[in-house]
Order: sequence, then C-alpha cells, then structure tokens
Amino acid sequence: MNADVQLSLKAEDAAIGPVRAMIAVFARDVRVAFRQRQDLLNPLLFFTMVVTLFPLGVSPEVAFLKQSGAGILWVAALLSVLLSLDHLFRHDFDDGTLEQLMLQPQPLFLLVLAKTMAHWMLTGLPLVLLTPVLGLMLHLDGNSVATLCLTLLIGTPVLSLVGAIGAALTLGLRSAGVLLSLLIIPLYIPVLIFGTGTVAAAAEGSPVAGYLALMGAFLFLALTLAPFAAAAALRISLSNS
Amino acid sequence: MAFDSFSAFLVMEGHGPYVWVCYGVFVLLLAGMMFWSFRTHQDIYQICKRGYEQQSKVGQPKPKAPATFTRVEVSQD
Amino acid sequence: MWQFFHKLGSPKWFYGIATRFMPWLLASGLLLLVAGIVWGLAFAPKDYLQGNSYRIIFIHVPAAFLAQSIYIMMAFSAVVTLVWRMKLADVFVKAVAPVGLVFTFLSLFTGAVWGKPTWGTWWVWDARLTSMLILLFLYGGVIALDRAINDEKSAARAVAVLVLVGVVNIPIIKYSVDWWNTLHQPATFKLTEKPSMAVEMWVPLVLAILGLYLLFGWLACLRMKTEILIREQRTRWVRDLVLAGGK
Repeated sequence: MNADVQLSLKAEDAAIGPVRAMIAVFARDVRVAFRQRQDLLNPLLFFTMVVTLFPLGVSPEVAFLKQSGAGILWVAALLSVLLSLDHLFRHDFDDGTLEQLMLQPQPLFLLVLAKTMAHWMLTGLPLVLLTPVLGLMLHLDGNSVATLCLTLLIGTPVLSLVGAIGAALTLGLRSAGVLLSLLIIPLYIPVLIFGTGTVAAAAEGSPVAGYLALMGAFLFLALTLAPFAAAAALRISLSNS
Repeated sequence: MAFDSFSAFLVMEGHGPYVWVCYGVFVLLLAGMMFWSFRTHQDIYQICKRGYEQQSKVGQPKPKAPATFTRVEVSQD
Repeated sequence: MWQFFHKLGSPKWFYGIATRFMPWLLASGLLLLVAGIVWGLAFAPKDYLQGNSYRIIFIHVPAAFLAQSIYIMMAFSAVVTLVWRMKLADVFVKAVAPVGLVFTFLSLFTGAVWGKPTWGTWWVWDARLTSMLILLFLYGGVIALDRAINDEKSAARAVAVLVLVGVVNIPIIKYSVDWWNTLHQPATFKLTEKPSMAVEMWVPLVLAILGLYLLFGWLACLRMKTEILIREQRTRWVRDLVLAGGK
C-alpha cells in the first residue's frame, strides 16, 4: 500500500470524510494501474481480437456486419470487462490492502464503489473510446455508432458494478476466473439485451430516449444496490481466508 | 379412457414418442434423484455409525466440547 | 412465536420432525403424482388444438412450477441465513439447489420435446424458454460457488448473497427477455394461455402439481437430514441417535 494513501486513510484522522476517502481510494487505484500498463492494455487487445474473429469466423459481408455489428461489439465488450474483473480485488487481496480498507472507519461500500468506478474508468471507458474505430470496421453507419457508444457508456458501469459482486464472491478461490463468469454472465443478460436493442431501434429510425432511460434505470439500480452486495461479499471472502 | 385400445394409447395418434420420451426422462430423473439421495443418506449414516462404534471400542468417546478458546459456538440444539 | 422460531433453527428438532413426516410426504406425494399422471395420460380428453402432445403438460407445468418456487424458497432461506445465521436455513439452500437444477432441466427438456410436434421445432428463443434457461444458469452458479468454497460457514453466506442478487435480478431478466422477444420475433410462437381449461384437464394437473410439491418436501427433508448428519456428526445428539439405531 502506498504511504500517502495510508496517511490519508489513517483511522485516527477524524477529519477525513467518506468522500475524501473515496477520492483517495480512486486515485490510488488509478495510480497503481498506470504502473502496470500492460494490464490496462490487455482488455483492449482482447476486445479488438474478439471483434476480429466474427468477420473471419462468420462472414465478412457488409450486410451481415451491418446487421450484427452492434451485437458483436456489445458481446466483445462484455467479455473484456469480464476478463478484467479478476484484477479488481485480486492484487489488493494478495498484498493485504483490502484488509486495511476494511478496517477504515468509512463505510466499506463507499470504498468498494470508488474501486469499481476506478475499474470502469480504466477498462470500460477505453472500450467505449475504441468502439467508433471498430464500428467503422464493421460498416456501422454514423448514427448507429453514436447510439452504440452511448449505450456502452451507460452499460459498461453496470457491467463493472455487477461484476464487482462476482469478483468479491470468488476472491481467493482456486478457479476464480471461470467461476466468476458462471456467476456473472446470467446477470449481464438484461444490459446486453437493452444495449443491442437500443442500437437496433436507432437503426430503424425509431426514438431511443425510452430505451436509454431504461438503461439509466439499470445503472442507478446497480449503483445503489451492487456496492452493498459487493461489500457484504468481500467481508465473507475475507473472513474465509 | 380417452383411447380406444392400449395400442392407440401407446401411439397417441403419432405423438406417442414425444409424450413417452418426456415421461420417461421425467420418471428416470425424479426416481434417480430420490434413489440417489436416499443412498447417500444411508451411506453417510453407516459411516457415522462405524465411526462411533470404533470410537467406543478404542476408548472414551470424545464428544465435541461446547466451547473452545478461539471460537464460542452458540448452540442451537 | 419466538420459541417456535428458535426451535426451527435446531437441527436436532428438525431431524426428529422430518423423520416423522417423511413417510407421509412420500406416500401422499407418490399417490397424488401417479393419480394425476395416469388421469392426465389416459383419461383426460384430447386437446382440440394440439392433439395428444398436450399431455406433456402434466409433467411440464409441475416441473416448471417447482423450478421457480424452489429459487424463491432459497431466497427466503438466504435472508434467514444472513440475518439470523440460522443453521437450518443454509442446510436448506445447499440441499435443495441441485433439486431445483434438475427440475429446471426437466421443464426445459419437456418443453423442447413438446415444442417439436406443436411448433415443428425443438427450440425457439421464446421468452419463457429463454428465462428458464437463464434460471438454469443461476442454479448452476449457486451450486458451483457452494462447491468452490471449502469453509462451510462462508460458503453458506456467500451463496446466500449470490441467491439474493439473483432473486433481485430475476424480474429484470424476465422483463427484458419478454421485451427482447417481442422485438425479435413475431408473437405467433408464444405458448398461448387457454382462457379456460376443461375441468377434466386441470384437475389432474393440480393433482400432479401438488404431488410433486409433496415429493419435493420429502426430497428436501431427506437431503437436509444427510447434510445435518455430515455437519453435526461430532455432536452428542447425533451420536446417541445413530448408536440407538434411529434413522
């Protein structure tokens, strides 16, 4: 654990409010991630490679790609987030930072929320930024790409938040990676359905505001509930080891 | 009886195979699950029994202490 | 009330009660299920629309009912596990999850075989079938997580969290799959609900549902007893019980 964070998270320092603690955790996670840049790059590479597989494996025809491009990009983004979730708590669990966090006077779910937001900024957001390029390669038109980016922007935080529950539950287990996918993929289905559905509606020219509002509802539901579940799961996993 | 004969019952106007496969798998899985659960229970019971008999042969049985230094078990018995 | 609640948490008390009730559960469950199935297979009139293939309903619907209600029961138990740390609640979840998985599989399987003569295809991405498939995944996840954690207590609590997260998601999944289905498919393939079922059809159906519930009760008691034996084998009451030859 970094010395400066330890300082700013000191239990006896009563002046530290929950918001400042969250900012400290967030900043620390971002800084640690930038020291291991390869970990940041991996999900993006994976995302690109999965997308490449579809034209190769199914069909490079423009009509097919136009029709299923949004679905392909959504599935690939979902898988990349899933792949990166294993790192969300793993390093902190191994070096004991997590136990330190748990001993803080600030509520654990806020700190978990901060960690999850950092995770989203480091994996979900780059995926969204990469999407227009891949969207062009899949022959999506401008309108679809814009809608797709918007749905991913709303959807990927949900993926990170829900995934945090799974990551916390499988922390410290032997086959954590596969198990994590088993637990989390069923919970990702609603986001996937509405994400691709919005793009399909936009391609037909129908209004998308309602769909986006629903995805926003998912996001807020996940924001309010997931950190509690993830914090509870973390406590269980740490009492286990 | 909704059918004229037993063979008509088996054939079910061409839908027989579907119906019978469904019922077959249903009965097989349900009976299998019941039997397997029963067998597991018997096995565990026998293992416990053998353990207890060996214990009493060897010497004083050692029932679990209600509490230890490290962890207080709240009994719900 | 609290004394009853307290008693309910006692494995010893449950073991005795379960042993007393199990023969009745088994006998009445088998009786009702067999009666419902025989009635439905041989005596209920043919459906004017689907012909004889509809007779699958007498096992399909009970299996689907149980598949869903077992998950709901597990969710209630999960709350009890997390709030009151009651031993029996997590014994229940652990004992019953595989049963739920089997019933979910059965309802999917019978649905698929029913679909072939009715719709002409084994599988359609119908909203109900898809949400059942997702329920199967949820059961699979619960069982996998339970197997993966060695420590009994943390396994129980982790599984409880997972079951609760799942149960919050089930309505959302159901809703989104319904929505997705109307988006992607014409509504012709829907299993249309009959406004009124003939009495000769629904009486055996109700019998079969009740019978399967009772049999599930028997299975749950049996599997919970096994789990209790494993967990409590070092306690004095199990020792006394087994050495006295009680089942």
